[in-house]
Amino acid sequence: MASGVKPRVKVPKTAEAGEAITIKTLISHKMESGQRKDGDGKLIPRSIINRFTAEFNGENVIDVALEPAISTNPYFQFDAIVPESGEFTFTWYDDDGDIYNATKKISVA
Amino acid sequence: MSYTRRQFLAASTFSSISLLGVPAFASLTDDAISALTGGAGAVEGGISITAPEIAENGNTVPVEIDAPGAVAITLFADGNPTPSVATFKFGALSASRTASTRIRLSTTQNVVAVAEMEDGSFQMAKANVKVTIGGCGG
Repeated sequence: MASGVKPRVKVPKTAEAGEAITIKTLISHKMESGQRKDGDGKLIPRSIINRFTAEFNGENVIDVALEPAISTNPYFQFDAIVPESGEFTFTWYDDDGDIYNATKKISVA
Repeated sequence: MSYTRRQFLAASTFSSISLLGVPAFASLTDDAISALTGGAGAVEGGISITAPEIAENGNTVPVEIDAPGAVAITLFADGNPTPSVATFKFGALSASRTASTRIRLSTTQNVVAVAEMEDGSFQMAKANVKVTIGGCGG
């Protein structure tokens, strides 16, 4: 399911050096669990995002392995340390091989 | 605390369901936990899991985990068809060992967090969530 997938990320624009900031991410995805049946009683095949990572200037912040029990439109909130100005890269890995990206710049005053 | 007849019936129905239903699923989770910990088992305490006591919609239940000193946290839902929910691995720039997400719960059950600590030991925390409408379709 490559259509209609839209990542949304909330990162503060500025921070103090070494400050802990809170990041919220959301991506629109139906996260088909593989448990549901369609009108004819056939199982709808699983189609989920199976991995999410957040990096800052190439250094890992969090790496999440997702299972079908994660809700539709997977949401994550976590804290990161910002040592210097730079860019956050968020990556979502779909079951079908698609990779979705979002980046956010942050400047350290 | 005194029960009305209706409350008593509701409570006894719940407890008999949990007596019948949970052990089979709980062992699935126990298997998953012992596979994760290498048979060492996990000690309760040290970490916390925040989930609503009653979730009206099992399709999206907010869960927050807080495990100071953990390198990784794995979430299980012991009443789901497959107990694994997610695994969080914290990197060098992670500020705190906390994370929030939203999960699916098929029925009233325990949500279990198992954290791997920096010294290689494992700690766990449980939260019971009552689910009004299950979230696994079917």
